[in-house]
Amino acid sequence: MNAPTDPKVLERKDALQGLGDSRLRKEDARFIQGKGNYVDDIKLPGMLHMDIVRSPYAHARIKSLDKSAALKVPGVIAVLTADDLKPLKLHWMPTLAGDVAAVLADGKVHFQMQEVAVVIAEDRYAAADGVEAVVVEYEELPVVIDPYAALEPGATVIREDLAGKTEGAHGKRDHPNHIFTWDAGDEAATNAAFAAAPVTVEQHLFYPRVHPCPLETCGCVASFDPVRGELVTYMTSQAPHVVRTVVSLLSGIPESKVRIVSPDIGGGFGNKVGVYPGYVCAIVASIVLGKPVKWIEDRIENISSTAFARDYHMDGEIAATPDGKILGLRVHVIADHGAFDACADPTKFPAGMFHICSGSYDIPAAYCQVKGVYTNKAPGGVAYRCSFRVTEAVYLVERMVDVLAQKLGLDKAEIRRRNFIRKEQFPYKSPFGFEYDSGDYATALEKVLTAVDYPALRAEQAARRADPNSPTLMGIGLVSFTEVVGAGPSKMCDILGVGMFDSCEIRVHPTGSAIARMGTISTGQAHATTYAQIIATELGIPSEVIQVEEGDTSTAPYGLGTYGSRSTPVAGAAIALAARKIHAKAKKIAAHLLEVGENDLDWEIDRFNVKGDPARHKTMKDICWAAYNNVPAGMEMGLEAVHYYDPPNFTYPFGIYLCVVDIDRGTGETKVRRFYALDDCGTRINPMVIEGQIHGGLTEGFAVAMGQQMPFDAQGNLQGNTLMDYFVPTFVETPHWETDHTVTPSPHHPIGAKGVAESPHVGSIPTFTSAVVDAFAHLGVTHMTMPHTSWRVWQQLQASGVAL
Amino acid sequence: MAKKLISVKVNGRVHEKAVEPRTLLVHFLREELNLTGAHIGCETSHCGACTVDVDGQSVKGCTHLAVQCDGSEVLTVEGLASLAKDGGALHAVQEGFYKEHGLQCGFCTPGMLIRAYRFLQENPNPSEAEIRAGMAGNLCRCTGYQNIVKAVQYAAAKLQQTEKVNA
Repeated sequence: MNAPTDPKVLERKDALQGLGDSRLRKEDARFIQGKGNYVDDIKLPGMLHMDIVRSPYAHARIKSLDKSAALKVPGVIAVLTADDLKPLKLHWMPTLAGDVAAVLADGKVHFQMQEVAVVIAEDRYAAADGVEAVVVEYEELPVVIDPYAALEPGATVIREDLAGKTEGAHGKRDHPNHIFTWDAGDEAATNAAFAAAPVTVEQHLFYPRVHPCPLETCGCVASFDPVRGELVTYMTSQAPHVVRTVVSLLSGIPESKVRIVSPDIGGGFGNKVGVYPGYVCAIVASIVLGKPVKWIEDRIENISSTAFARDYHMDGEIAATPDGKILGLRVHVIADHGAFDACADPTKFPAGMFHICSGSYDIPAAYCQVKGVYTNKAPGGVAYRCSFRVTEAVYLVERMVDVLAQKLGLDKAEIRRRNFIRKEQFPYKSPFGFEYDSGDYATALEKVLTAVDYPALRAEQAARRADPNSPTLMGIGLVSFTEVVGAGPSKMCDILGVGMFDSCEIRVHPTGSAIARMGTISTGQAHATTYAQIIATELGIPSEVIQVEEGDTSTAPYGLGTYGSRSTPVAGAAIALAARKIHAKAKKIAAHLLEVGENDLDWEIDRFNVKGDPARHKTMKDICWAAYNNVPAGMEMGLEAVHYYDPPNFTYPFGIYLCVVDIDRGTGETKVRRFYALDDCGTRINPMVIEGQIHGGLTEGFAVAMGQQMPFDAQGNLQGNTLMDYFVPTFVETPHWETDHTVTPSPHHPIGAKGVAESPHVGSIPTFTSAVVDAFAHLGVTHMTMPHTSWRVWQQLQASGVAL
Repeated sequence: MAKKLISVKVNGRVHEKAVEPRTLLVHFLREELNLTGAHIGCETSHCGACTVDVDGQSVKGCTHLAVQCDGSEVLTVEGLASLAKDGGALHAVQEGFYKEHGLQCGFCTPGMLIRAYRFLQENPNPSEAEIRAGMAGNLCRCTGYQNIVKAVQYAAAKLQQTEKVNA
């Protein structure tokens, strides 16, 4: 249908505030008046507070635990240990990665800050006093921090509970500290490509352990009603339905009597996907005590014990021709997963979607292998806008392409141009088996290079390099990434056996407003606004009166939650298709009311017109009313629909990012002069909201690349696990962002939309590294390990002999 | 622990409560008065999610004892709308955050708003660099700050316009 031009029709379209409109957010009214409802705002009658006794050691046996003094602290009600959980078989719990994790340490601690006991008290102050009063005696054990050392023969065994198990959830284990080895691609073909290639490069790349650090930490209020036998738990969960299923399986309470509610969540960023021991303990305590129990962790606990991100030690290799055409890619990764493998992934993908690491390039042969290893650290790995390890994959390939360009003396934009998958090659089958849906990389690259006047930047850099007295080094970073989001097709993707579909249920009321619920859950991404916009355009109902709700498992349809930028690809599709079911019924009602055939009707914004006679029409509002009092004979009354969407493929948004940095040769401080980010996520539902996601993601990328890290000392102490050291940029450090876009819709998605929220994080991090390394490229530097802090960059200045 | 009786005027209303001397102001507001707008994002006094206005100053409520506020006047995000100078439903800073998409998850927002409210009295016509420095005690994980700067600029312009009309 052609876009309407009649001003009156356009006015009706604008009134909908639908697809493509930068409409203001429906969520804001409550948040700007302090009327959000986050977990710690919840108060229930008789509610108690729980706090956790944590391990001061990274690896130690628990010789004794004395709770008697804690029980005497005024206000303390109970102290629970692993012994209290054992009869319920809850001292260990299953993880999304198919391993188990200790809920409360069972005779031994595996990482510092691990949960050892819980104290339940009348308020949080008394609970904190109680924690201080619990006396635990430890016997220290040798600590394993380095994942390479963990795999050495005779290395200290971290997981004694797995003794004798040579088979894990993901195949053979060849060492007690080995979790899995997973690979993808064609190893023989790749080795052959390397054997024959005239040019090869290799580079070791470490992607440091960082933490998503949402401003609101994790927490819950568990409330078991012993009279009704029902459990209600409000929690910071990005996947409440999955949690309900898991809680039901573990507790034996039927799923129909378990209600998990994710209320407003103060940011998730992948940190709030999994189940933490705190949730389990609060639920057990509530069942035992018959009262609501609240648990809210503090920042140090959040950074130290909840899902970290990255920690991939990667060895990349590229085979190529002398003119820069890539012939092969080979990657070996050692993945540090901490003490328990709780890495949040679809069950068949222990290294997530790392095999997207062939990137935006047409590479004929590729192979990757990832080996997961236990160490004395907290569990995690997948979090922080990673799209299931796509951060690592994109970092790997983008760094390697830079290394190759440098070796061949090719410009880093030119080498990308020469290797891009061309527009006409889509849908493109990657050497790892992904089928990229659509893309136009070359056009986007030229747009960015023109916008920043790339040749002028290179000329300025050349002049600066020619001047030995220049006080700063100038670096230009460039990344052209392809994302994979929208997990995912149920044939490939499941979470603990549940296919990774998602869902929407829309119910239209007699007076023309509607309520809609989905199986996803926003943690700030504005679903209540943008989902309503999709429905508004599909049904001709203003988004303002479409009420969107998520997060309550007793009301919302079952879904897999929000992570992996999957909401738009999966739930977004379910929304459009549910709306189209309603639309089809509405058309039948309209035909009945107008006494014409369905084929005689045209849909126009918010109404069905009789073809050739638009004066005869029925608006959606008319139809809503009729649905409740005058439907065609034999038709069910009412106007509502549900759709569960199993996606045929992922969506593959892409982006071209460019960054210019100036490095102070005296101090090593890096100043971001310019950052230009072009993102293409297909059809854009709400450009204002997309822009906000980009700004946030780029800022995270800046934090990861330039300052964040989680170092452990030789004793396994986690250093810098508070905001005293853990770098979260303020207004002052955060650069100004320039954004741009192109539109290459997903052909398989009902509205052509792709996910986008993780793109800025995924893409920006290698862009920063690319820029910092580029500043040293003329000195022969091929790579520098993040974070690029002043101290670390100054060390490189020293090593390269250019420090002032 | 012996409790102490304190009297604090919050959002124009006097509250008399007995609290332990160690009770932090942010817990007093959230737990005793159910003013749950102010949030807690850290325990090292960096994030500013707990920012409230005490006797005309921006204060991190997690780093202040409730008993220190005996006799004080406290403003929280819940009281902000009633201070709208133009008779509107929202204060200019709230309107600015809404119009400029200066919030996503909303967790930093109450602290940001209260800080912006005070900052714009300290500096009614700030430059971008002054806004960034003036708001640097407040961390946000969602927005990348750029739209918050715009929101504060929006509020500054609106407040100046309102002042002109009122004058």
